Amino acid sequence: MNSVIRLIAALAAVAVTAGAAQTLSRSPLRDRWSPQEVATLSSMRLKEAGPRPADPSNAYEQRTDAAALGRALFNDTRLSSNGQVACASCHSADQQFQDGKPFGQGIGTGKRRTMPLMGAAHSPFLFWDGRKDSAWSQALGPFEDGAEHGANRVRLVKLVQAHYRDSYQAVFGALPQLGQLPDDASPGGTPAEQAAWASMSGESRDAVNRIFANMGKSIAAFERGIAYGESRFDRYAQATLAGDGQGQDVLSPQEVRGLRLFLGNGQCVTCHNGPLLTDHAFHNTGIPPIDRTQPDRGRADGLRKLLQDEFNCLGRYSDARPEQCGELQFLATDDPGQVAAFRTPSLRNVAQRPPYMHAGQFTSLEQVVGHYAKSPPAVLGHSELAQPGEKHADRQAIRLSASDVQDLAAFLGTLTGPVVQAR
Amino acid sequence: MTPIALRFPAAFATAFALLGLAGCGTPPKDLDVSLDKPSAAGVYRVALVPPAPAPAINQLHSWKVKLAAADGTPVHGARFAVDGGMPQHGHGLPTQPRVTRELADGTYQLDGMKFSMTGWWEVKLAIEGPQGADKVTFNTVVDHPPVRP
Repeated sequence: MNSVIRLIAALAAVAVTAGAAQTLSRSPLRDRWSPQEVATLSSMRLKEAGPRPADPSNAYEQRTDAAALGRALFNDTRLSSNGQVACASCHSADQQFQDGKPFGQGIGTGKRRTMPLMGAAHSPFLFWDGRKDSAWSQALGPFEDGAEHGANRVRLVKLVQAHYRDSYQAVFGALPQLGQLPDDASPGGTPAEQAAWASMSGESRDAVNRIFANMGKSIAAFERGIAYGESRFDRYAQATLAGDGQGQDVLSPQEVRGLRLFLGNGQCVTCHNGPLLTDHAFHNTGIPPIDRTQPDRGRADGLRKLLQDEFNCLGRYSDARPEQCGELQFLATDDPGQVAAFRTPSLRNVAQRPPYMHAGQFTSLEQVVGHYAKSPPAVLGHSELAQPGEKHADRQAIRLSASDVQDLAAFLGTLTGPVVQAR
Repeated sequence: MTPIALRFPAAFATAFALLGLAGCGTPPKDLDVSLDKPSAAGVYRVALVPPAPAPAINQLHSWKVKLAAADGTPVHGARFAVDGGMPQHGHGLPTQPRVTRELADGTYQLDGMKFSMTGWWEVKLAIEGPQGADKVTFNTVVDHPPVRP
């Protein structure tokens, strides 16, 4: 065994030396990594995310006047049924653009954990169940959700007419003539609102939808300026790539042990990969539902809602050509693995925003890691995690000791950086 | 976005497999990564042609499928069902790719491919053609791009 260890160490040393020789070596590396691990560390650096990709379904998202309008709408509590709820109520700038609560709290109490806004531009699907495929379409959902803003699109559009006429028209052109409209109407609201919506002409409904969609497009333009900044982990990865041993001191030995587990036995990096530490996909990992008798179906229901959404990439309010809606055109709709699957969240700044999981099931990172160490079977659907003791041809169970859990949680703390906001 | 490399699990995987250290993220050492092979029952000869340059992780992209009879004659007018996933992680493909058109006799366009992580992916084709139905499973290993400082 000793000879095997020596051989591995020798291989690693050769590899690291070869890698370091390509760059200016400032001091001997404190921590050594295999070439494969160095490649993984490199891919996890924030700068690998590159510039935020453009959203072809929103022709206004890069306009500063749209972002200014979006910022005002984002913070406006008038856009709610009780005049007290704005987007910012749950997505608070001083709380990582989330709320720190297990369930979103608006007019009522939501069913899921509020997600932060950073990184949204990089994700093809939004919300825990991915029922939205753009930031602008996502922004529309909470306005009409009874537990969030509790508003309806006709009332919202009238508020835009009353308070934002000039700034709206400067971005989107003249507000269409809406004629006589009911006070409250929406295709998805109360029975009375739905009836009022049905009584409107098709032309009126289309004009209201257009203005409503443009509210979302301006909010998305504002949100585009909100991003993650670099963390201690990014500096460590950069130092490791540069062969800078002193630079590696930015992480403690315990944090480095946690990083090794993140890439190795913990198997965390299989889903929490890339510069945002997420694969942007949906997985069932056996997270315990809040109500075992009515478990959340997650992505399985989100898919249905996404396909029916008039504000999706292929809808008439999207600015994209159909061929630019690849994620929707090639949507995996019949994968049984989507039942009770949820979107992999980014781990950037994760230590700053307990509680964790889609319904705030865990209050600490140790509990989160402990869940994966146990890998319990799913209450609904099937967990992708191999069960402890299970003999499986290809999958291996996650095995972590109590101290491993501590080390992993310590590493997760190194992913914290500033929230960068465009002015 | 960062381009990925589709590679043969060569020296690195082999070295670790020889040391008995094939871990969760390491493809099996005897993995058949040939992208040109007979279908399961030998009805067809099927080749997958990956895109060049390699796409980024999570980037939608297209492959080509070349379908021939066992004697090598291109097969026109076949239909395909596409499936796949990661055997080591217990999940399927993140998208539902489709063969969208026949580009030339026996050469088909496979659109909507996406890999959400590095590692061993299976791409399975169920083929319905003039010679009958058959299926084939390809293995491909998605790797990180070369490290850029």
